[in-house]
Amino acid sequence: MSVALHVSRRALLGGGLALVVGASLNRAALAQGITPEAIRPGLPGALRHTPRIDAWIRIEPDGGITVMTGKAELGQGIKTALLQVAAEELSIAPQALRLITADTDLTPNEGYTAGSHSMQDSATAIRHAAAGARALLTAAAAQAWSLDPAEVVFADGAVTAPDGRRLGLADLLGRVRLDGEASGTAPLRDPSTHTVVGRPLPRVDIPNKVAGGPAYLQDIRAPNMVHARIVRPARYGARLAALDAAAVEGMRGVLRVHRDGDFLAVLAGREYDAVLAARALERTARWEGGAALPDPERLFETLDGYEAERSVIHETGRDGAAPEGRRITARYRRRYQMHASIGPSCALADFDGTRLTVWSHAQGMFPLRKALAEMLSLPETHVRCIHAEGSGCYGHNGADDAAADAALLAHALPGRPVRVQYTREQEHLWEPYGGAMLMDAGATLGPDGRIADWAYGVRSPTHLTRPGGAGQLLSARLLAKPFPEPEPKAIPQPEGGGDRNAIPLYALPRARVEHAFVREMPLRVSALRGLGAYANVFSIESFMDELAEAAGTDPVAFRLAHLDDRRGRAVIERAAERFGWGGTPAPGHGAGFAFARYKNLAGYAAIAVEVAVERESGRVRMTRAVAAVDVGEVVNPHGVRDQVEGGIIQAMSMSLYEAVSFDTGGVRSRDWSTYPIARFPDVPDSLEVHLIDRPGEPFLGAGETVQGPTPAALANAIRAATGVRLRDLPMRPEHLKAALEA
Amino acid sequence: MTQPTPIALTVNGRTTHLDASPDTPLLYVLRDDLGLNGAKFGCGLGQCGACTVVVDGRPVLSCLTPIAVLAGRSVTTVEGLGSPDDPGPLQRAFVEENAAQCGYCIAGMVMRAHALLARTPSPDDGQIREALRHNLCRCGTHMRILAAVRRAAGHAAAHGTTGPEGTRS
Amino acid sequence: MALGGAAVALGWHPALPPVAEIPTASPERIRAGETLAHLGYCASCHDAEGGKPHAGGRPIATPFGTIHATNITPDPETGIGRWSLDAFTRAMRQGIDREGRQLYPAFPYTHYTGLTDDDVGALYAYVMSRPPVRASAPENTLPFPLNLRPLMAGWNLLFFREGRFTPDAARDAEWNRGAYLATALSHCGACHSPRNTLGAEVASRAYEGGQADDWWSPALTALNSAAPPWTEASLARYLAGWDPQHGGAAGPMGPVLDAHARVPKGEIRALARYVASLSGAAVPRTPVDRPVPEDDPAMGRGAAIFAGACAACHESGGWAAGGVPYTVASLGQRSSITGPDPRNLIHVLREGIAPPEHASGPIMPAYGDTLTIDQTIALAAYLRARFSTAGPWTSLEETVRRLMPDAPKPSPAGPGSAQAEARP
Repeated sequence: MSVALHVSRRALLGGGLALVVGASLNRAALAQGITPEAIRPGLPGALRHTPRIDAWIRIEPDGGITVMTGKAELGQGIKTALLQVAAEELSIAPQALRLITADTDLTPNEGYTAGSHSMQDSATAIRHAAAGARALLTAAAAQAWSLDPAEVVFADGAVTAPDGRRLGLADLLGRVRLDGEASGTAPLRDPSTHTVVGRPLPRVDIPNKVAGGPAYLQDIRAPNMVHARIVRPARYGARLAALDAAAVEGMRGVLRVHRDGDFLAVLAGREYDAVLAARALERTARWEGGAALPDPERLFETLDGYEAERSVIHETGRDGAAPEGRRITARYRRRYQMHASIGPSCALADFDGTRLTVWSHAQGMFPLRKALAEMLSLPETHVRCIHAEGSGCYGHNGADDAAADAALLAHALPGRPVRVQYTREQEHLWEPYGGAMLMDAGATLGPDGRIADWAYGVRSPTHLTRPGGAGQLLSARLLAKPFPEPEPKAIPQPEGGGDRNAIPLYALPRARVEHAFVREMPLRVSALRGLGAYANVFSIESFMDELAEAAGTDPVAFRLAHLDDRRGRAVIERAAERFGWGGTPAPGHGAGFAFARYKNLAGYAAIAVEVAVERESGRVRMTRAVAAVDVGEVVNPHGVRDQVEGGIIQAMSMSLYEAVSFDTGGVRSRDWSTYPIARFPDVPDSLEVHLIDRPGEPFLGAGETVQGPTPAALANAIRAATGVRLRDLPMRPEHLKAALEA
Repeated sequence: MTQPTPIALTVNGRTTHLDASPDTPLLYVLRDDLGLNGAKFGCGLGQCGACTVVVDGRPVLSCLTPIAVLAGRSVTTVEGLGSPDDPGPLQRAFVEENAAQCGYCIAGMVMRAHALLARTPSPDDGQIREALRHNLCRCGTHMRILAAVRRAAGHAAAHGTTGPEGTRS
Repeated sequence: MALGGAAVALGWHPALPPVAEIPTASPERIRAGETLAHLGYCASCHDAEGGKPHAGGRPIATPFGTIHATNITPDPETGIGRWSLDAFTRAMRQGIDREGRQLYPAFPYTHYTGLTDDDVGALYAYVMSRPPVRASAPENTLPFPLNLRPLMAGWNLLFFREGRFTPDAARDAEWNRGAYLATALSHCGACHSPRNTLGAEVASRAYEGGQADDWWSPALTALNSAAPPWTEASLARYLAGWDPQHGGAAGPMGPVLDAHARVPKGEIRALARYVASLSGAAVPRTPVDRPVPEDDPAMGRGAAIFAGACAACHESGGWAAGGVPYTVASLGQRSSITGPDPRNLIHVLREGIAPPEHASGPIMPAYGDTLTIDQTIALAAYLRARFSTAGPWTSLEETVRRLMPDAPKPSPAGPGSAQAEARP
């Protein structure tokens, strides 16, 4: 794996520096969270931990086929893509398949749906398991007819002999065993014969979503269900000092007020009654104490001052002396930003006295089960977590916490399903944010105008506080017998957390990359789309432009001059060509470019953008964007385009407008009025996504490919339009205006 | 006000009689009493538009519309424009443009667009953007939503903003 | 001279020569002018709607008809690109444009006449440094004879006194600075003073309240009935954008606050000091929030609407106490409800409040499509009864009918039109 080239196998010892071990695929999987052990490390995709065919593909007694995945539909179209992959190998229409997603009772444990791994891991496993099932079914039919398997045809749910004899899958069930392990070598369908994979199959879930068919967890209505609303503390760490529960318990429709330590909730039969009661409960609650937050004006000085575990994650060519040349340095900064899911988190839980069932839109049902079991002292076998879609999450949002709250309340009210719905404020104030980060880049340009030396350091808190254990669930930390918050962990390379994409893909003769991992979390933080790649690619790709400028070279040419990777070069050339790079923008406009390979081992993306700047106000509008993306073999072009278009617009919104507002007394971004995001007038006039399809190449996820390149391309375009180099995220109008006037 | 009273609501052409207090926001009645999934809870503060429905042709935010104001008025939700198996023309445009990622905002978008097209059958891009500015989409599906509304309005160049589909290179 | 005087009285003024080139000014001078332009909020009239700064075209409603703000970018054809400093000064001090025509006092030259030469020069430098935009304002719609500009000469004779601001020697520097800013630049009196039938500010009743764009402007004197009463500190916070005791601005005051938000805090403090001094000693008043008669069905309807449509934000305890941002603790603190005129409340209900682009700011949805005329009246009457002891507004119904001509109308026959509605 090319991954190994970029990983340091040297340990740095002394004074607080941590040991960083080279990564293997195994660690890469574990890095994403709680996944089972790789018992068959040689098998492709998720087969390495779940090798049995019937864990993925099951033939029902009626001949129907059920496909199972441990991944979850987050709105990224994974359901549709996985059905396409299975349908292709099983030579059957996707509509004939049934798909079950993340359910701890029914599906493989695939950890979290995150990191753009779903295609790499789940689709790969399903593809090979389906191929394995097909081979076994074909062989069983051939054997029944004393024919060679090559003579029979497997299609549309049956095997057919040359003379017309036919055995349906129901007939074959008794003759074949699918509980064996997939070999990983069963022949796959030749990509040139594909009829389903690669086609823009319409998403299977959209018809329900436009017409009110049941689609979301929020749409589940269980018989005898009660509605719950919780009341959160006034700020991080505040304790409940006084409460008049009796007044609220007497309100219309209220079943009870639940208090356990600082965890507070109210339950009612009707939803609106719960809403009114929660407002009243909040008014009677008096909170004391709580942690002070850093002064926002001194956020980065504060971050700089925290203790950090330093590690060198990449080092090359350092044997010789530092080369001569022109030295350029720059510091980049990123403020806290939030997921801000449009639908505040929701969960449904049902406890019958022995078994707990929880419906959640969190990204990992198996890790959630473990954490809930620990929180309630139940055996894991008594807890079932079923994924149901929520609104887009873009990482670790409030979903796990809502599941915990529903579980706590259901546990206290056996026999009645409990539905917890967060308010907008609770989602905004308590979700874990994308952490503030500091990036320092330095390079020496040689006399030939190329990079002779490269040094880069990133300082960041953790990007992973997912359960885990009960201590990662917010309310578990508020109980009278609280679960302690565990120490945050760094995610090792090659995936990385704050150091994700801190190592450039460019061919650099001499380089050193450092990661300073900060344990302090004055604001709650975890994984937000792209993790460290957002800020690292912003920094590196902005810096590449700064170097190109110093070298007097066109930014696209400069990148190509430093990049050997064939597929990387291809996306850069395609994006530049389709954009019309090298033209002269209109007055007040500028063009910018950026490139990255997500994690240096996943999808490739290059993006060129044009911005229009209004100097009076400092307002920047992205008027045009052209992206070229290579995610290996494309299963569903719609799905890839969606993720890339959406990623560009979301990253644009984050990068031009968004920062969590706070002061020493607490977080102040509590709703859309205090955390504005892009609206329709802000989106570009045109947005093109060009896919470079690579049939036969491994699937690579698309969800996070453009998160990092977009802000860099914007910063580079702003520079081109105004001469101002912005190095802070978000690149707000006030900053540009101040820089223009300086 | 705090007492539930008998109330008649007309939604998607059908009149239902139910008992609810007059201040109950329409959103909860639609979802919990009538079992309609379209209108969504996004903020309850009138900021995001996920709860948008149409009342006598006008877009309103159902999270802040007490049922008391709906006497003699008719409510339309996405369920009134078609079904998953038999979508109406506007819904079909959204399906054809694949105009949803997580889709949570989409029912609100459809109703806002429905109200726009009823008043302005051939809106230009600026008019569509202005009408939809009240509805937030966090996934970044904006381009496809605009394309869907244009398509529904019958514009030929509906799909001009995204690249060619399904090409292999 | 007598001939000249007569000519002036007849509304004739000479054209001043056009300049071919605008002198360049230093960045400091331009910045100084920009601050003054914010204080005078030129942009609120002269920015084109949804478009280019200073390019004009925005309609300004006056009791006499609609006047369109002019293009004050340095475009030579359609803007003021050929205006010398003298021409600019004459416009600011006397209300005469470069060609010698009278300007309407919707352009507050009646206030700008008080500016110092230095400030006029800085404003000139700023205005002339903006990007030129080619745009012509639409025709004004003033009825005859008001559309005859020379008649303004007569108006000026009656109501206009040209002259620099003179400080009050009995007051300190900060107060005088505030007085200068308010009188000569921020032209508070233009909205906050009553005007006579010919549209001139009534000097003897300065700051006793007025109107702008069909919104009512409260008094800045002891006649102001806000609860709690305004203080210098609360005024300073308000002028900077938001005051926990009184909230923020809706309507025409919104752009004024947006502009003042970019001004040095010392200038805001001076303005607050001056305006506070107009009231004299504060009379204590606590916001009213009293029970409403439960047996009154109209009040019951209003209460139900308030609970379902408003309470989620407006009974959240107020922003300062951790409630919904940009709300005050009690609506009894809002002059739109406690003041003598219901117009402001009805405007806000109908149109909502939109936040500034991409910045933190209040988001209040519009209820103009949600509430019928009767429902709006019921809600407004409830708010008035609950949050004020001043008694019902006598003009409430008439105001609602006038300001909400497009309000939804429930169909008397019931939902007969539903089928037609269902599929477009």
